[in-house]
Amino acid sequence: MASYGADILDRVKERFGQAEAPIQHSILVLAFAPGEVAGAVKALRDEFGFDLFLDVTAVDWPDRDPRFDVVWHFYATRNRVRVRVKTAVALADPVVPSLTGLYGSAAFMERECHDMYGIRFDGNADLRPILLYEGFVGHPLRKDYPKRKEQPIVPYREEPKP
Amino acid sequence: MNGRVIPIEAAGGSGKSAAFEYLTTRKDELVGWARKFSIFPYPFVTACCAMEFMAVSSSPYDTDRFGAALPRFSPRQADLLMVVGTVTHKQAPILLKVYEQMCEPKWVMAFGVCATSGGFYQNYAAVPGIDRIVPVDVYIPGCPPRPETVIDGIMQLQDKIARSQHLIVNDRF
Repeated sequence: MASYGADILDRVKERFGQAEAPIQHSILVLAFAPGEVAGAVKALRDEFGFDLFLDVTAVDWPDRDPRFDVVWHFYATRNRVRVRVKTAVALADPVVPSLTGLYGSAAFMERECHDMYGIRFDGNADLRPILLYEGFVGHPLRKDYPKRKEQPIVPYREEPKP
Repeated sequence: MNGRVIPIEAAGGSGKSAAFEYLTTRKDELVGWARKFSIFPYPFVTACCAMEFMAVSSSPYDTDRFGAALPRFSPRQADLLMVVGTVTHKQAPILLKVYEQMCEPKWVMAFGVCATSGGFYQNYAAVPGIDRIVPVDVYIPGCPPRPETVIDGIMQLQDKIARSQHLIVNDRF
C-alpha cells in the first residue's frame, strides 16, 4: 500500500515540478505562490483524485516576512494519500483564493481561518464570523493578539469582591 | 431548628409517649427548613463538568437527598441556576437571558473551576468567572469537582437558603 501511495506522490511531484518536495509524516508538502494555489488544487483534485478537503488554517511567523503561511490539507480517498499545500502571504495583503468553487466544505473552514488569522479568501462571499462574534476586533490566534484581552458582549457587573 | 424540645400534652391524651412528639422552633426557621429541601435546579450545562453533574445527580450520590434532584428545563420553573462548565463570551448573553427569566427568589451555583474563574481558559474566548455576568451564591471548585464537593456546595447553599428571610415571614405571619 505504501508503494502505491508513494507512486502517486511521485507523479504529483513531477506534475508540479517540485522534485525536492518533502514527505513529512507521509504527507507530501507542496509550496506555491498565492496566485498558483487555485490552479494547483484544481489539478490535484481532477488529475490525482484528491477529493476530500480536510482543513485550511494558517501559521503566524511574527518575525518573518511574509508573515503568514496558509496551509491546506487534502486527502485522496481512492489512493489513500495526503497532500499539504502551503503558500506565504504578507501582513499587508493577506489574501489567497477561496476554494469554495472546488470544495463546498471549504466555506466554513475559510470562515474560521478568517476569524482567527485575518486571512481573506478571495471568492468566499460569506466571511462573517463563525466562531467569533460580530463586533470582535482583531484576530485572536495571531501572535500579537494580547493573550488575556477580553471583548465581552455582556457588560461586566462591578468587579467581584476577591 | 434549634433542637430545644419541651414536652406538652399530646392530642388525645392517651398517655403514650414517643421520642419525637414535640418540638419548638421559630417560624422563620421552619420556613427556611422547608425551603431548603425544595430546590429546583436549572442545569445550564456547557462542558465536561456535565459528566460530574450526572454522576452527582444519579443514585450513588443522589442529590435528591437534598431535595435538589428534579431539574426543570424551563428557567421559569427553576430557582437554582447551576452553571456547569465553561461559559464563553459568545454564550454570555444566553446565560444572562436565562438568569433574567428565572423568578425570584433565585440562586446561582458556579459548578467547576471554569464557571468559577474561567479555569485555564484565560484567553479571548472564555468569561473569567460567571460572576462577571450574574451574581453567584456558591462556588464549587474542581476540574471537575468531586461529587462530595458538589454535595458540600449544595449543603452550603441550603444553609444560605435556610438562613435567608422569606417575604411571608413578617409580623402578621
